[in-house]
Amino acid sequence: MIPELGQFALILALLLAALQALFGIVGPALGRERWTAAVTPAVAGQFVMVATSMGCLIASFVANDFSVAYVAENSNSALPLFYRVAALWGAHAGSLILWIFLLSCWTVAAAVGTARLPRNFAARVLGVLGTISFGFILYTLLTSNPFLRLSPPWADGQGLNPILQDPGLAAHPPVLYTGYVGLAVAYAFAGAALLEGRLDREWARWTRPWATSAWAFLTCGIALGSWWAYYTLGWGGFWFWDPVENASFMPWLMGTALIHSLAVTEKRGLFKSWTLLLAVLGFSLSLVGTFLVRSGVLISVHSFAVSPGRGEFILTFLVIMIGAALALYAWRAPQMQSEAGFEFSARESFLLFNNILLVTACGTVFAGEMAPIISNALGLGKLSVGPPYFNPTFLVSMLPLLVLVPLGMHARWKRGGLGGRGRALLVALGAAAVIGCAVAFGVFTGAGILSPVSMTLGAWIIIASLLDPIDRLRRRIAIPRAVLGMTIAHIGLGIFVFSMTAVQAFTAERDVALTIGSSVRDGGYTFHFQGIGPIQGPDYGGTDATMVVTHEGKPVAVMHPAKRDYWVQHIATTHSAITIHGGSNILVALGQSLGDGRWSFRLQVRPLVLYIWIGALIMAGGGLLAITDRRYRLSQSAAKEAAALLAGGDAR
Amino acid sequence: MRGTLLVLLALLVAPFAHAIAPTRMPTPELQARYERLIHNFRCMQCQDESLANSPVSLAADMRRQIRQMLLAGDTDQQIRHFFVSRYGYFILFKPPFAWRTAWLWLTPGVLLGVGALSAVWVIRRRAALVTRESGDEDESFDDGLTGPGKHS
Amino acid sequence: MIRYFVPLGVFAAVVVLLALAIHQAPRKDLVPSPLIGKPAPSFALPSLADPNVKVTSAALRGHWYLLNVWGTWCISCRIESPELLAIAHTGVVPLIGLDWKDSRAEALAYLHQKGNPYQQVAFDPGGLEAIQWGVYGAPETFIVNPQGIIVYKYIGPITPRAWAHDILPRLPAGQASGS
Repeated sequence: MIPELGQFALILALLLAALQALFGIVGPALGRERWTAAVTPAVAGQFVMVATSMGCLIASFVANDFSVAYVAENSNSALPLFYRVAALWGAHAGSLILWIFLLSCWTVAAAVGTARLPRNFAARVLGVLGTISFGFILYTLLTSNPFLRLSPPWADGQGLNPILQDPGLAAHPPVLYTGYVGLAVAYAFAGAALLEGRLDREWARWTRPWATSAWAFLTCGIALGSWWAYYTLGWGGFWFWDPVENASFMPWLMGTALIHSLAVTEKRGLFKSWTLLLAVLGFSLSLVGTFLVRSGVLISVHSFAVSPGRGEFILTFLVIMIGAALALYAWRAPQMQSEAGFEFSARESFLLFNNILLVTACGTVFAGEMAPIISNALGLGKLSVGPPYFNPTFLVSMLPLLVLVPLGMHARWKRGGLGGRGRALLVALGAAAVIGCAVAFGVFTGAGILSPVSMTLGAWIIIASLLDPIDRLRRRIAIPRAVLGMTIAHIGLGIFVFSMTAVQAFTAERDVALTIGSSVRDGGYTFHFQGIGPIQGPDYGGTDATMVVTHEGKPVAVMHPAKRDYWVQHIATTHSAITIHGGSNILVALGQSLGDGRWSFRLQVRPLVLYIWIGALIMAGGGLLAITDRRYRLSQSAAKEAAALLAGGDAR
Repeated sequence: MRGTLLVLLALLVAPFAHAIAPTRMPTPELQARYERLIHNFRCMQCQDESLANSPVSLAADMRRQIRQMLLAGDTDQQIRHFFVSRYGYFILFKPPFAWRTAWLWLTPGVLLGVGALSAVWVIRRRAALVTRESGDEDESFDDGLTGPGKHS
Repeated sequence: MIRYFVPLGVFAAVVVLLALAIHQAPRKDLVPSPLIGKPAPSFALPSLADPNVKVTSAALRGHWYLLNVWGTWCISCRIESPELLAIAHTGVVPLIGLDWKDSRAEALAYLHQKGNPYQQVAFDPGGLEAIQWGVYGAPETFIVNPQGIIVYKYIGPITPRAWAHDILPRLPAGQASGS
């Protein structure tokens, strides 16, 4: 009953999305006010239907309804309640429902947020969002329906892949998708502007909060995914340039370029076509990412199950959504050129390079992502592209960018120059260099050229970011939230760069074989293998080892790396023990018995690794703070003015 | 029969079991080369993992092969050639710089070059548009981002 | 004005490639062998039945043969077993087995129980010989010509269709019988 209700609600949602799209795009085009006015009710209706559908699916999971195929394939009665709900997005069909639900949430938010904007524009934004909803719901109903029944129903479910039974799983997809899907709003704003044939500085002011919030969620989502991989997979790597990771990273790079480009458009009315293009490409890459992950053309540990039919549908959808947007762009963007100017050393110049470098980085990742697919499709043989390609090529565009950041944030608009901060920046660079070299050469061993340079850049960005706020405090001027947010975000970037360099350059890793009672040294710590024994959980059994870690005689931690065997799914997983000590992470993973009482272990010491994710979260936080700035609170003064006019008119 | 069952189970289990394999090479230099090599080859069964991190027995065999070749005095180049001639370029994580893959390696440079040239072109044009008379844009619009040279 | 069409153009190219890729997707996991057309690795391995007897590539020179990589742990190999027996029965080409990563006792018991399609079986418990052939899964079957050159590699269990379409046409017996 409930699954049927869920499916029915989804069908209604499809119809409402179609109406939303129709009214939103055709209404303003034909000047039909009643159609235009009907968009918002359609949005509300669609949300109710989608929420109902999602609710029904959640209910099926919670109630252990194994007559539903999707529930039976991904859940199991031994699964704790928390994971039964999280299993909803554990596989393809359910993750689509999550996508659709989040899109509906963003659409409602957009409807509320554009309530005071010109009616036709707002309708167009919602109309574009409606077409996206329509496409995804249609795709789900036709190829990936999670409400299909099993006949006869299974007695119990297959269970959730144990690797996914982790708090990180529960959080990662929803947060990531919120970002992924959020870029659709910026895309819709761009689409509305293209449909109207008009783009001005007001438009940029309206769009900025949406772009920035989506970007912030995407940052958090990617950071969470990275943290989860580090914590769960046992290798302690935080980024693998895995095709699915890249699929979320490319929209992020475009999103970063977008939020900066919007700043130029808002401030000076420049970079209009850049901003439009970035808004379209950002979400387009989200869509392409969705395609790549679900079509089966990628080789990845993350990939969802393969099915060519699914792939062809999404490809058609891509062609329509992205092709139409880019065609519209090619037609209309040339008419939106502005005639303002700026000097070579102006902030606009720096942000232009910012755009170019981020697009280059994104293009490089895209090339690496597509290379195996292209090579295979053209019969050029089977190619594989991994970190040895991505790492150096990504650096080629990113290092110059990092150099530009401290300078760009102080450059004056239009006239250029560093506004008298030149000397301060130089001093900051000197200080940063001292810190960078001291850490790279003094604290650690085995540094090359790249690590002190990179650490210096990270430190320089942090110090340079502080110059403006400190100056304002000294002169007792207010620090607007936008400035504070920007400062915090850039500090987060600096922290990220600094700690990432430490991890990449100075990680100590060893595989060792130990007998009970023996010890070994690694990365400055001593590891003492104390004991090993059996363990048991709700749906697993396994082995647990005790490792005592000391640092120069002083106790640091007692660690318990374990291995689990999940009975239902016949899968064994490793649970590496991770300890934090003075900013470093110590990781111990249990291998297997080598006979004669010897066990294999993998030991890793990763310095400053936690700050990678802290830095990323600070970046996201800075972004979110920036959009709470007064000037984005839409037209409050305009609304007051309008009310005053009306009151005056009535009094007459 | 039981043995077969155990082996089968081991294979089912293997995908998520560990690839931790303590290997000692006689010299630190050989050890470093060994570590580097096993991280740079792709496991042909778990195609997303390196030989260092793959738990399947094929990966263990390949690691042993590399170890043997290192002990026999082969160079990294020879070891790479050994595997590539039997498994193709796919086994390397780093795509080679050959005719077929040149476009991939040149992409960042080309993009950067094109980008830099177009940036220069744009900046030249915009710099010419800056008029000396007019002041900074939109005095009333204070986003606080203009720094110390500007009163707020 | 043309530059505004560049994104659309790039997108069009990407779509074409992705469309091509989807149609290739089902076989995407198969890695083509670079050994086709190259000499087969020379080997001298103990035979499965009797460790003192050697199965050597030298002795096989001058004949066509199929080298079939298998193991008792390999489920797909069990599926292909009847077909291999049928091929052996036709006598068209000898089958040489390479028992990969297996236990001798298990393998002998398996052949005894299911029937032995192989003229000889080489034993490679360590797996290093298979690496010489670029093997990365089982079952895999190589066609070797009398000059010792690898002519073809078939990945996966041999079905009657695969035998008729992919393997037999590459053998002299298949070509002689006309097509």
